[in-house]
Amino acid sequence: MIYEIPNRKFDLIIIGAGVIGCSIARQLSRYKIKVTVLEKNSDVGWGSSGRNSGVIHAGFNNKPGTLMANYCVLGNQSFAQIAQELNLPYKKIGKLVVAKKEKEVKELKRLKKQGETNGVKNLEIIEASEIKKMEPNLQGVAALYSPETAITSPYHYTISLAENARQNGVQFFLNTPVQGIERIKPDKFIVITPYASFQANYLINCAGVYSDQIAGLVGINAYRIYPCRGEYFILDKKASSLIQHLIYPVPHPEEGGLGIHLTPTIDGNVLIGPSNEYIEDKEDYSVTRKVLDKLYQKAQEFLPVISSRYFIANYAGIRAKQSPPEQGGFQDFLIEENPTVPNMINLIGIESPGLTAAQPIAEQVVAMIDQKEGLSSNPDFNPYHPGILRFAEQDEETKRRLIKEDSDYGEIICRCEQVTKKEILQAIDNPLAARSLISIKYRSRAMMGRCQGGYCLTRIMELLKERYDFKPEDFLLKGPESPLLVGYRSKGVNNDD
Amino acid sequence: MMIKKDVIIIGGGAAGLAAATACRRLGIEDLLIIERETTLGGILKQCIHDGFGLIKFKQSYTGPEYAQKYIDQVEELKIPYLLDSMVIDLSADRVLTVANKEGLHKFQTRAVILAMGCRERTRGALSIPGNRPAGIYTAGVAQNLINIHNYMIGKEIVILGSGDIGLIMARRLTLEGAKVKMVLEILPYGSGLPRNFNQCLFDYDIPLYLRHTVVNIKGDKRLQSVTIAEVDEQGRALPQTLKEIPCDTLLLSVGLIPENELSQLAGITLDPVTGGAMVDEFGQTNIPGIFTCGNALQVHDIVDNVSLEGEQIASGVAKYLSIGLSKKIDLSVQAGEGIRYVLPQRLHYLEDTIFSFRVQRPGHHQTLVFKTNQHLIKKKTFLQVNPAEMIRIKLSAQELAGLSNLKVELEL
Ligand SMILES: Cc1cc2nc3c(=O)[nH]c(=O)nc-3n(C[C@H](O)[C@H](O)[C@H](O)COP(=O)(O)OP(=O)(O)OC[C@H]3O[C@@H](n4cnc5c(N)ncnc54)[C@H](O)[C@@H]3O)c2cc1C
Ligand SMILES: Cc1cc2nc3c(=O)[nH]c(=O)nc-3n(C[C@H](O)[C@H](O)[C@H](O)COP(=O)(O)OP(=O)(O)OC[C@H]3O[C@@H](n4cnc5c(N)ncnc54)[C@H](O)[C@@H]3O)c2cc1C
Repeated sequence: MIYEIPNRKFDLIIIGAGVIGCSIARQLSRYKIKVTVLEKNSDVGWGSSGRNSGVIHAGFNNKPGTLMANYCVLGNQSFAQIAQELNLPYKKIGKLVVAKKEKEVKELKRLKKQGETNGVKNLEIIEASEIKKMEPNLQGVAALYSPETAITSPYHYTISLAENARQNGVQFFLNTPVQGIERIKPDKFIVITPYASFQANYLINCAGVYSDQIAGLVGINAYRIYPCRGEYFILDKKASSLIQHLIYPVPHPEEGGLGIHLTPTIDGNVLIGPSNEYIEDKEDYSVTRKVLDKLYQKAQEFLPVISSRYFIANYAGIRAKQSPPEQGGFQDFLIEENPTVPNMINLIGIESPGLTAAQPIAEQVVAMIDQKEGLSSNPDFNPYHPGILRFAEQDEETKRRLIKEDSDYGEIICRCEQVTKKEILQAIDNPLAARSLISIKYRSRAMMGRCQGGYCLTRIMELLKERYDFKPEDFLLKGPESPLLVGYRSKGVNNDD
Repeated sequence: MMIKKDVIIIGGGAAGLAAATACRRLGIEDLLIIERETTLGGILKQCIHDGFGLIKFKQSYTGPEYAQKYIDQVEELKIPYLLDSMVIDLSADRVLTVANKEGLHKFQTRAVILAMGCRERTRGALSIPGNRPAGIYTAGVAQNLINIHNYMIGKEIVILGSGDIGLIMARRLTLEGAKVKMVLEILPYGSGLPRNFNQCLFDYDIPLYLRHTVVNIKGDKRLQSVTIAEVDEQGRALPQTLKEIPCDTLLLSVGLIPENELSQLAGITLDPVTGGAMVDEFGQTNIPGIFTCGNALQVHDIVDNVSLEGEQIASGVAKYLSIGLSKKIDLSVQAGEGIRYVLPQRLHYLEDTIFSFRVQRPGHHQTLVFKTNQHLIKKKTFLQVNPAEMIRIKLSAQELAGLSNLKVELEL
């Protein structure tokens, strides 16, 4: 077999830059070890990590004793610290699992008990009158109230982990799909991508829905991932006054999801979703009329005040499920070094609550490496990543001061989300050099509001042109092959009559 | 530090400029236009086709030419304006917060004119299923990219919605060498002006499919195709009519929504049909001293009407500042059979009043009536009515005197 001479040598290669890969990268950057992350997309977090509900679950839904239960509870309880280090938006808004019928109350009690066994704090069953007080627009006979359940911004989280890892020395190769893996020695791997090959002693496979295929590249055929799509509606911020908590139905675990729920997002929108549907294609993120109609109907059953006036966008995420369609339900996370291929750690079936559990999972993976390698700590590690300061969230005094310090804060580019030129420029100049429009959107929130870029898209394009001398073909929505433009218009035509 | 003003106009588009010049002509000295863009003119700047001004000036101008006529007046009348400045907050007691490069500024003003224009309805608002690739633009954004920035957005184009901007862009894109494959309209009739169908589609052999819509979008990175379908009476796709149309660009021209975020911050009541504020005959909202006009109040078909509306409200603003507006009556105006909406929604002052409204469906030989209880007040017959065309009719103070209710409808 002939391959390119390895030109990039690392101690460890992480395959996949979702929240799991980025958490592991950041956790490893606390130590002296040369790490790189290979990601096929043009930015981090474009897999399920950027396409979920953004809930930091408390941990009462998972079977006691499972990794899912343990890591979820740990992840929930340690999230405040990560949020502080990475300056993430994070709010403990609490969750209500609402029983609509008397016979569902039994299940609420079971969940409460399960949660307490798992170590979840402050769970409480509340009555109908209490529900009305907490959520005037809602009806139910009883509810399980979990005050520890929180929300964050999942893409913001993933991006911050990656950027902080980058600042602490981890290298990221974007647009770099892993196509082959050669084991030249039992503990030496060569990872092949279209433009270069990479060498390392350790491999971490956290490729989400593709983790089974990545394992297959080294001859491990023990894993199988079934993609299972969840579709969402995003509602306008005007809908945010309708609910104050996360609102879930009583789950039917055989469905393999938590049921269609209403989720206030950290940015002030409301999500309806996700649906739960096994599909063939691992990257078919399309949304369907059938499901959208169903979501709408389910949401209205909960909250009759919801109307289609509030729709601003929709999206879908794909769960990496180990349980096949005919079985459904949840199967525990699998985190292991397969005996046939030592030095490669596979993370399989990291579905919900994977976002919540990312930090404990990363700690576990690093502990496995440490046991083999004996890691020494990196004295220069800086856990703090202040990220981009949001002008819109500051008080008036601060706003005044910011504009005085830098007049770019006085130029509002995105009117819906009130994002200033300063923030857009910071987003454009990100440490990962990801410059697709979607990358700028996720970092700055520009183009995310009700006009969906109608006002600011052309302004952001101007900034890219000024700053990086973008030609028409350089403007990409989401990486190569997604050009916004086909060139300049024919010259000289200034009036069409 | 609070800066005091008599009148602040938010938005320097056609409406704001007309209101400002009219206010100055009525003797208001202390006024200021605040505009977030680098130049005055609003959306007209990107409308480089002609056909503007036929009513007001009996002559056809391009958008920028039309805007320039008003900008010249603003300069002549020495009306001050702030550019590159965005109003980010407005309170019910008329305190404005404005952000620009120099800082954050506070204004206390006696009257405000809201003239923020409108924004385009997007794909998300329609919730079209499918992928989310590059190559999907609202028509106004496409117009901006092409006319202002000299870019070309695609080669094979499908246009969803037959609003005027979409029609104008069909022609524009064709002249720029793109293939516009079709325009789809979910309604059984077009939603743009009749002249635009002729001049922009039929003259270029671009087919228009009525009762059709896009039901799916394919392409992971750049748009590859749309699936179109015919729809039934309720607007539901008929499965046997599905057809996949390869294209790299989908243009949306599916409606405009008055820009009213600021109005909501101030607690202004909006009309759910127009998306703009509820107003009286002076364009005053439910909050005294806050007036509105142009596309921020209701989406207009032609700019001439925007200018007229801006000029009209100035007299109310001037009165408000000089002698105050005291209510004489409280009469609500209702849209009856065949009428989508009517403005103003309330009458208070017994003045000659211009009513503007749109019909629900196109029709021939329709008679429009103003009624109170069962009495006829005024009647006018049209050879043709069209939802795309705003109708404006004036009733005199005399005609309005003594009424306890007022309804506009089409006679069956
Ligand atoms: C609809 C939905 C809702 C959810 N809601 C929640 C929630 O509210 N709370 C919660 O805790 N969890 C939730 N989850 C679960 C959570 O999103 C996932 O557990 C988590 O994002 C998994 O992260 P990951 O890094 O394993 O996967 P991913 O984010 O999918 O990352 C895998 C990465 O690997 C890359 N990759 C794949 N193949 C290759 C290759 N050959 N070469 C290079 N790179 C490759 C991909 O491009 C991708 O970036 C939800 C999941 C879904 C789908
Ligand atoms: C894309 C498009 C194409 C059109 N084509 C035609 C046509 O071919 N023929 C025809 O007769 N009519 C056409 N019209 C209709 C007509 O030209 C417009 O209705 C008219 O110009 C609108 O004027 P306006 O002042 O209400 O709004 P705009 O021109 O939109 O002006 C509003 C102004 O307010 C500013 N603004 C908004 N919010 C703030 C804030 N918070 N702070 C500061 N400034 C703010 C905006 O920047 C803008 O300049 C078109 C309209 C549109 C939208």
